[in-house]
Amino acid sequence: MIEDHQKKAEQVARGLKRRYRAEKRFRFYGIMAVAFGLLAVAVLFTDIITKGSGAFRQTYIQLTVHYDPEVLDITDLRDESQVALGNFSGVIRQGLYDRFPQFSSRNDKRELNKMISSGEGFELRDRLVENPSLLGRSETLWLVADDDIDTYFKSYGDSGGAFTGRVSETQRAVVEGLKQSGDIRLKLNTNFFTKGDSREPEQAGIWGAVVGSFFTLVITLALSFPIGVAAAIYLEEFAPRNRWTDLIEVNINNLAAVPSIIFGLLGLAIFINFFEVPRSIPVIGGLVLTLMTLPTIIITSRAAIKAVPPSIREAAIGIGASPMQVVMHHVLPLAMPGMLTGAIIGMAQALGETAPLLMIGMVAFIVDIPSGPASPATVLPVQIFLWADSPERAFVEKTSAAIMVLLAFLILMNTTAIWLRKRLERRW
Amino acid sequence: MHTANLLLILMAMVVAAYYLARGRSLVMAKPLGGIRHLHSLPFYYGLRASLWCAVPSLLLLVIWLIFDEPLIAGLVLGSLPDALQPTSVSEENLMLSTVRNLATGSLAADNVDSALVVASERLIALREMGSRIVSAGVLGLALLGGFGAWLTISPLLRARQQVERVFKGVLFSCACVAIFTTLGILLSVLFESLRFFEAVPVTEFLFGTSWSPQTAIRADQVGSSGAFGAVPLFVGTMLISFIAMVVAVPVGLMSAIYLAEYAHGKVRAYAKPVLEILAGVPTVVYGFFAALTVAPFLRDAGAGVGLSVSSESALAAGLVMGVMIIPFISSLADDVITAVPQSLRDGSLALGATHSETIKKVIFPAALPGIVGGVLLAVSRAIGETMIVVMAAGLAANLTLNPLETVTTITVQIVTLLVGDQEFDSPKTLAAFALGLMLFVVTLILNFIALHVVKKYREQYD
Repeated sequence: MIEDHQKKAEQVARGLKRRYRAEKRFRFYGIMAVAFGLLAVAVLFTDIITKGSGAFRQTYIQLTVHYDPEVLDITDLRDESQVALGNFSGVIRQGLYDRFPQFSSRNDKRELNKMISSGEGFELRDRLVENPSLLGRSETLWLVADDDIDTYFKSYGDSGGAFTGRVSETQRAVVEGLKQSGDIRLKLNTNFFTKGDSREPEQAGIWGAVVGSFFTLVITLALSFPIGVAAAIYLEEFAPRNRWTDLIEVNINNLAAVPSIIFGLLGLAIFINFFEVPRSIPVIGGLVLTLMTLPTIIITSRAAIKAVPPSIREAAIGIGASPMQVVMHHVLPLAMPGMLTGAIIGMAQALGETAPLLMIGMVAFIVDIPSGPASPATVLPVQIFLWADSPERAFVEKTSAAIMVLLAFLILMNTTAIWLRKRLERRW
Repeated sequence: MHTANLLLILMAMVVAAYYLARGRSLVMAKPLGGIRHLHSLPFYYGLRASLWCAVPSLLLLVIWLIFDEPLIAGLVLGSLPDALQPTSVSEENLMLSTVRNLATGSLAADNVDSALVVASERLIALREMGSRIVSAGVLGLALLGGFGAWLTISPLLRARQQVERVFKGVLFSCACVAIFTTLGILLSVLFESLRFFEAVPVTEFLFGTSWSPQTAIRADQVGSSGAFGAVPLFVGTMLISFIAMVVAVPVGLMSAIYLAEYAHGKVRAYAKPVLEILAGVPTVVYGFFAALTVAPFLRDAGAGVGLSVSSESALAAGLVMGVMIIPFISSLADDVITAVPQSLRDGSLALGATHSETIKKVIFPAALPGIVGGVLLAVSRAIGETMIVVMAAGLAANLTLNPLETVTTITVQIVTLLVGDQEFDSPKTLAAFALGLMLFVVTLILNFIALHVVKKYREQYD
């Protein structure tokens, strides 16, 4: 009998080691899983930041340009067609030839021409229009370098040599010369924050997309917040228990899980094809995103209304308020912080959304800054998508920088939501 | 009159109606001895008049804005001489746009048919007349409504009930937007899909194994016969979703278990929000990460061990999609694990089970329905995910289960077929809607099963 017990105890003791090992293993798996998740966050963010931080600075080349009326082919600055046709890139070219007289062969000249961004001619035109007395005089300016030169110059200090992919011998010698005289330098990239899209990486900016995103979000918010809150109020406070109400609830829960691209198909077939709303404008983007974010806003608003204790309602009814007055005067103001939090989270979701907007033509190449909700625009995530597809190496940097801007907005919105919830939430 | 001006005038009238009606109720209340002798508060009398002023006139305006262009276009086309009458829909559209461009002046009148110039003048005249009639109608209706409401005010009028009924109607119609959205989705994908299935048989679409959705411009073109067998897309979607689930389910589940059962309060307080950052990152960012970092890394790593990995491999897209879904699974699993009552844990530990045995044999089975539901929802998300696969997966419709090769998915094909200009009568465009229908139906079924599983098999402890 006693032997039996001993045997059992031994058996258990023997098993114990194995079980403890399993326990340790299990725990280790858990740590690994959490570590994997954290590692993913770390890798994602460091990857984006290391790729993108360079884009906030841009290579500029200092050059003396002479606004020669003959090269420009401008005699009268008041004549707009003359100014529009003026050969401003010729002026820049001439400035480069004068600066580097040693490169005089045709080949070398061609290489020289490619040093300065082709968009800088417009910059000179604007300067000349603003200050007509410059005509016939010289001016020393910092001009934006071409994207290949920019990529080369930025990788200059790296160990293992610079990235020389698309830069010729001549151009390298020129950069060397400019470097010695201090005429080439990295400066804050203002183009990136003030311009619209461009085929030239050094001239491309996110401002157009930011403005487009802004208009789209304003429309989304203006539509989805009132509709979502009204729907939540109806479902929580007034809806009778019947089939129709059940149908609405089932629909809301399902729509919350429908892939976003389906909303794009809806927008394409119903809004564009049937109602003939023009493509690519923030209005239609806002409409589609409204339908997409509505479930989120309804669900969070309902939770906020549910959190208002019944005693408040009963007290209001007790002193003679009608059900509508109870809701409008008491429940709604008390639930507002929760609803606002939900709205901000819904807007953050809408700001990061890309797929449905591809369907409704917001992928167009748009250079101008949109002037209103009815002028063609693109949005920040779509701009990222477009740039990510571009073959130029310099666009990788721009894309990452645009992602950093997008993430900054999202972090700002989510922090505001959390802050708002902490600040205004009341415990009953 | 311009619509914006009309709206401004209307708004002024609505405000005026509110104050006039409110004032009248106050005047009526005075001889009776104060507003407590009115049926409703003066506010409601004012609001009632505003509503009468605004609602009918706005309805008229909206109806006009929807129907004005087709109506006027019909009248203009009808006035054209018989020789110019359009014979087909596309010809009609072309003619209309010519007339419209003439009317706006963006097309010079020199080198077009003089009948069209006459038509454009008629268009301008009709537009002006229509806008005048409607402006008069809207303002008249607003005046009539507001005045009627003002006239009918009496101390016994149940103004509050009337206003509240309207408000309740508005709330109800807002709640119905959800139903109309679903209906809109169904109608839009269903109709275009039916048109697609007229051109391509359903069986070919569902069971065909070759996908090359180009349609010929000329009949003798190379590769003119488009093939619409969607099996490679289904397989590709499944493959990428499967890889994503292989990453997301174990990692998401284990990290939820660790954070809920083992982790120190402090670790949990920091690790959980950091993991949730992954849920807030836009999918386009994941797509960029997959295409420019993960895919080249996998290709180089594969080359290092002598494997040929495609630069648009299913593996890269799947891995990154898995990372995206981790927080989704872990937060759902966390909810159901923390919902398992403490008494079950205590009972198991008291019987001598180790912590991990408690989790595996007691907590996990108790939480299983919720976890299964969460995983199903995650699968439906993986299937519908678009940007990661658009950027990181390929376009070639290979029928393969090899994760190192390029595959394409339903969502990638929808995007490629529909981005840019498209005409709605070629099977190529319509195929996207058929794929959309499949996607909608499959995700709907998955969501339905997930909700059902959670509801039906959830253990009730309290």
